[in-house]
Amino acid sequence: MHIPDGFLAAPVWAGLDAAAVPAVGYMVRRAQQGFAETRAPLLGVMGAFVFAAQMINFPVGVGTSGHLVGGALLAYTLGPAAASVVMTAILAIQALVFQDGGILALGANVLNMAVVGVWAAYLPFRLWGGGRGRKWALFTGAMLSVLASALLAIAELVVSGVKLPFPVLVVSVVLFLVSAALEGAITVVVMEALETVQPDFVHRPAAGRPYAASALAITAVLLAAVGILFASTHPDGLMSLAGAAGIAGRARPLVSSPLADYELRFFSGPWPRKAAAGIAGLLLIYAVCAMVGRWVSRSRSA
Amino acid sequence: MHHVTLERWSRGTSALHRRDPRAKTAALLTFLVVVAMTRSHLLAASVAWLAWLCLAAAWARLPLGGVLARAALVLPFGMVFAAVSWAAGDPEHAGSLLIKSYLSAAAVLVLAGTTPVPQFLNGLERSGVPRFLLMVVQFLYRYLFVISEEAQHMRTAARSRGASVGGIVAHRARFRAAGGALAVLFARSYARAEEIHRAMMARGFEGHFQPLGTFRFVAADAVFLLVAVPAPLVIRLLVEKAVP
Amino acid sequence: MTPLVEVRGLRYRYGDGTVALLGPNGSGKTTFVLHLNGLLTGEGEIDVCGTRMTAASAPAIRRKVGLVFQDSESQLFMPTVLEDVAFGPLNLGFSAAEAEKQAREALARVGMAGAAGRAPYHLSAGEKKRVAIAGILAMEPEILVLDEPTTYLDPPSQQSLAALLRELPQAKILVTHDTAFARVLCGRAVFFRDGLIAGEGRLDDVIRQFAWE
Repeated sequence: MHIPDGFLAAPVWAGLDAAAVPAVGYMVRRAQQGFAETRAPLLGVMGAFVFAAQMINFPVGVGTSGHLVGGALLAYTLGPAAASVVMTAILAIQALVFQDGGILALGANVLNMAVVGVWAAYLPFRLWGGGRGRKWALFTGAMLSVLASALLAIAELVVSGVKLPFPVLVVSVVLFLVSAALEGAITVVVMEALETVQPDFVHRPAAGRPYAASALAITAVLLAAVGILFASTHPDGLMSLAGAAGIAGRARPLVSSPLADYELRFFSGPWPRKAAAGIAGLLLIYAVCAMVGRWVSRSRSA
Repeated sequence: MHHVTLERWSRGTSALHRRDPRAKTAALLTFLVVVAMTRSHLLAASVAWLAWLCLAAAWARLPLGGVLARAALVLPFGMVFAAVSWAAGDPEHAGSLLIKSYLSAAAVLVLAGTTPVPQFLNGLERSGVPRFLLMVVQFLYRYLFVISEEAQHMRTAARSRGASVGGIVAHRARFRAAGGALAVLFARSYARAEEIHRAMMARGFEGHFQPLGTFRFVAADAVFLLVAVPAPLVIRLLVEKAVP
Repeated sequence: MTPLVEVRGLRYRYGDGTVALLGPNGSGKTTFVLHLNGLLTGEGEIDVCGTRMTAASAPAIRRKVGLVFQDSESQLFMPTVLEDVAFGPLNLGFSAAEAEKQAREALARVGMAGAAGRAPYHLSAGEKKRVAIAGILAMEPEILVLDEPTTYLDPPSQQSLAALLRELPQAKILVTHDTAFARVLCGRAVFFRDGLIAGEGRLDDVIRQFAWE
């Protein structure tokens, strides 16, 4: 989902814009290692393909429709760094020419969809895409891609003070799950068809990778995103839940982590504090993603 | 199609069209930032800002109604959140969401409507954005509508054979057919990319794209910069003074 | 899956006029043509304009052999007509100003001088073909090779294309299915079949020999 301008709080869009610059720069450098400047047209044309494919609407629910986001498909056929560059290009055109997504919010959208979205898709594929569980790896990757970017977007909105009462949140998450499943299904079907049409498009990563640690990392990332989401909206809800479950006593030390009650000392006033803590949480997620990504690629070359 | 209209607008010949894309981008960014950071006097300032944008659009000889209507594309997304905010008892926030997203879209339209995409990318390149990324955007833009048209043809062909490519389908067969169609489109796009590559090589491409157009930053651009960049902030301050 | 093309002792000089390459789909005409400017390489030797084709000589030969592809949409890959036509000269090392000048001259020669600032997407098929030719002319080739130039062109556009080609001084090789078009321009023909050259000679003779009409 493309966040327009006017929704995100200043520390959020500014912080994410600042974070997006080195992230995109890194992706560009990595993509160029695999693709010299000669290959820019290929990436551009594949971006146009995804764009065209995105215009096909698949109804998801009452009044909402989903479409192929394409991050996973691109990651599986072009590799994740090139996929990130292509998605960034897509988002830029969408913001500039189609008013889909804001300009100041571009950093957030890029990090959500072109970085996290792409790499979240790539990890399961990298780990399980070579073996018997390939279909599931593709499906899970694509699902994760949409889910992670959508949850992050919601998290950023919530942290910026956009009101999302519980029922609306639940409905949104359900819709995201449906879109994510749709993305998974479409991606699998297209990849299978591609294998018949043009087999050399499809990567086959080496089978038999150790997946326990990475599965944990992916789950942690998702839980962190969801956790920030819920904690930001319903700290009281969480506390009362804890009380009802009888762990209220134990809940105290759990909550007094470095970001205890989302307080950071050097900000006065409640709103900047919350937002800053939210940002810190988000950056933590990105850092975890980056570390896992580097770990995976290092173990790939091993 | 949207793109075609914007393309046409962007190839106008007004003074605003002729300004350096970097100057226009700087003006846009300051406008967006000032709007984004405004909390008090938002409504009054927005009226003034909208007037300012309309002035720019008129100077650029852009169709005012068209610009204002296209900017409204952002509103549906905002409506949902605004409605929720309103229901939660914060109508001010609801208004802010709608107003800010609308103003930002309108401002971007004024830039996009007076700057052809390749020129805009050229300006970005000379501002330090990595060339590889900009080349990808350039080619994406160039082939965006070619490939979308191919997709449309495929849809029409599929529909005339009784399929409905656009529905969430219970039947696996139709779903697979849609996936197959996307795969074919993918393969065609890839093949086109290879054709392009051959055409590039045939004309002596040695690995680096050479830029052709050079924009010189002239006096008029400097004047534009000095006026347009502070303007949104000045407008805001004036509004604050005028409105209690 | 690329069909092999075997050419033995095929020689052409200026006086031979425009040559038509005829033959069924998949017979190797396009493959052959891609060898002429080194985009494809195979076994055996090719000499173009007196130079043996090697990896080192290919760039220079590419300048001499101007290839106009069948699909103009893929050939006009730059955002504007002017930038596209100037692409070749820029790659050859000319400065931006010189490249622009050469591009404008080439556009004028094909009658598309007014289209310089336009986006290729909006041009008609005939206009795109002309701009593609301009892009090649801007490199000042000695040989023009056109692969199925009349595809996508309606009869009036075909006629203007024929008129344009007749004016151009370069030696021309025309891959075409359109025997009527070939008749207007070509004196000689080479017939391809299954990756081999099955015959060559005067256009009418070849057409008659292979019942290609």
